[in-house]
Amino acid sequence: MTVATGRALRNRRSIPWAAVPCRPIAAFRSGVIDAVGAGARLVSLFGLADGDRETRLVAVLADDARGELDATSARVEERYPALTPECPQAHVFEREVAEQCAVTPEGHPWLKPLRRHPPDHLPSGRSVPPVDREDYPFFRIDGDELHEVGVGPVHAGIIEPGHFRFHAHGERVLFLEIVLGYQHRGVERLLETLTPVRAMLVAESIAGDTVIGHAEAWCGALEALGRVHKSPRAQAVRAAALELERLAAHIGDLGAMAGDIAYAPAAATFGRLRGDCLNLLLTLSGNRYGRGLVRPGGVAFDVTAEMAAAMVDVLTRVAAEFARAADDCFSAESVQARYEGVGVVPSDVCRDLGLVGAAARACGFARDVRSDHPWGAFRYAHIPIATAAAGDVAARAVLRRLEVERSLEFLIEQIRALPRGVARADAGGPLAPEELAVALVEGWRGEIAHVVLTDERGAIRRAKIKDPSFHNWSALAAAMPGNTISDFPLCNKSFNLSYAGHDL
Amino acid sequence: MLKMLRDRWLGGTRTLRFPNGPAEFPERFRGRPTLDRSRCGDDCRDCAARMPSTMLRLGPHGPALDLGAALFSPDEAAACPHGAIAYTRDHRMATGSRGGLVTPTGEVELARALEGRARRLFGRSLKLRSVVAGSCGGCEAELVALGNVVFDLARFGIQFVASPRHADGIIVTGTVNPNMRLALEKTYEAVPDPRLVIAVGACAIGGGPFADSPESAGGVPDGIPVDLWVPGCPPHPLTVLDGLLRLLGRIETGTRGPRARAGE
Repeated sequence: MTVATGRALRNRRSIPWAAVPCRPIAAFRSGVIDAVGAGARLVSLFGLADGDRETRLVAVLADDARGELDATSARVEERYPALTPECPQAHVFEREVAEQCAVTPEGHPWLKPLRRHPPDHLPSGRSVPPVDREDYPFFRIDGDELHEVGVGPVHAGIIEPGHFRFHAHGERVLFLEIVLGYQHRGVERLLETLTPVRAMLVAESIAGDTVIGHAEAWCGALEALGRVHKSPRAQAVRAAALELERLAAHIGDLGAMAGDIAYAPAAATFGRLRGDCLNLLLTLSGNRYGRGLVRPGGVAFDVTAEMAAAMVDVLTRVAAEFARAADDCFSAESVQARYEGVGVVPSDVCRDLGLVGAAARACGFARDVRSDHPWGAFRYAHIPIATAAAGDVAARAVLRRLEVERSLEFLIEQIRALPRGVARADAGGPLAPEELAVALVEGWRGEIAHVVLTDERGAIRRAKIKDPSFHNWSALAAAMPGNTISDFPLCNKSFNLSYAGHDL
Repeated sequence: MLKMLRDRWLGGTRTLRFPNGPAEFPERFRGRPTLDRSRCGDDCRDCAARMPSTMLRLGPHGPALDLGAALFSPDEAAACPHGAIAYTRDHRMATGSRGGLVTPTGEVELARALEGRARRLFGRSLKLRSVVAGSCGGCEAELVALGNVVFDLARFGIQFVASPRHADGIIVTGTVNPNMRLALEKTYEAVPDPRLVIAVGACAIGGGPFADSPESAGGVPDGIPVDLWVPGCPPHPLTVLDGLLRLLGRIETGTRGPRARAGE
């Protein structure tokens, strides 16, 4: 990697803010572009107010092969030359910087509002005109035989709000523009300003189906800054909860995909098995999504011996029922015919956009935070990574099936042999002042990244949250051209991206 | 095909007997909160300050619980050092008014059945349109779960429909942020009269964990009158179902009781 801080930044190991180099914008720009060109991945790119008028751009890069992270930064005023033309991975990040900090990345090829809100990380000495939230410059294609189909933000089912605009020739989609921001709640400012106990509940509400994943990332960053050490038991319970969340989501999505192609038996069985997984989280934490479980220092609820035995029984039954239903589903010709060749994400698109999670693994990229940047129990117990090559709906479905099977094995093994130790260590210490921590988690959608920077008093100066959906919404837009509009629900479900996680 | 039928046979019936059978929850389930004033110290202000929500209200007549502001977090109960705040395993807490969610003990008067024409129109067939307006997606996940074979909402004649023109009412989730305000108002206006409005979850009731954000309107705005308030973060599917069935007169009204009348 070409940009170096001198001190190793790793997943959940903080470094002094002073150790993050502040380089001239040209050097920052070429440093990031060269690193990504050499195989690094852009984990985060964001701005924070630095003085009265300036914005500090911070880039966090990952070297997945070596399990290392790196951070670099530059100071800019109202504009700077965009990275995106030479580094497409930066494309959504730079739109976000433009919106949050009112800094223009000049030469950005698709500089449109991302979430449609007034800047919330503006330097104190700057002011900008009010933002018209309804003013969005839609992409247009002209032609007598073309038509546009607009869907949302209110959808024909129970679906989070988003707007999809298809440009179609007959049924064939030429282009899909996805407009988000309807779930924007101002999460980052809340995390930066609320008391710790309240911020924790906001962190659990970044994406309602990824409560454990985001709580784990938030606590990971705070624990690094607070020098908190968790017991092996706490780490194991957290890992188990994360895998339960993955199970519930993957099984539920396999059911929803089956529902979209009217394969009712799998939809019914998977829907029920998803509930079994959620109910295990309920037994453990008192909430079906695991709210209240993950707290700085460990977990607020321990697994009792009876609970562990009962959980293993349920998981063993779920494994058997899942295997039967998945065999039926994936061997049915009608299912194969509907899944194969639909919604293909080409592997070069996956690489250029820096996709993460199952969506990337379905394109052949063996990318998984659990093995690339392992933390907690994942440092000792490895889950083998599954990949598929085709990048279509079938690949994403098969991959999720494999991940369900492997998570079930991992869970049964972990819960049978939970290490000893206290569930929760004392987490009372203050955060180290002027330090930067990065916490990565492999959530069920892919890499979650929380970057937390403290000020000179140890208060949170900047909290940068990235849900995997932030990267992967671009994959859905890239997968649609050439498919029919009627394939959209299936294609969409095969990713099942979070609107809330993107919109923050 | 034969395998599929065999598995279907082996699978048996998985739908809950609710509301005819009991609703069972594990020991740690955080249902309706309670406040035991006899345990209160004289430092309620400190408890309120430690709270991650505004669930604890301090009034001239002493402390009270606002279930609409509750986030059902263990940190809320932990905020009182005397153990005056606790969560019961009672899932029932949907009310017909916002004020009904604020009580000195945590016991609430549960929602009453619709009357007259509305009951005749909606009692056996209720079609709802879901409007998500600035949420985390948690409440929606539970609304989706209501449609699975375990809860099977459709057996009560309740369905989510694809157009407000087909709907008898809307279910609102989320804080109602500026980006969804217009869409919510338009959807509400598009539902023919008489129409119901159901606010589900802490966000739609009062902004939930996002209440202090400039991007939150603090829940369903005044211009949209709410008929049913369902607390939770997110509410358990049975909490939502209990509220809906009470509204439709399919479960008996009562503030508390062991459970819904058997055979109802």
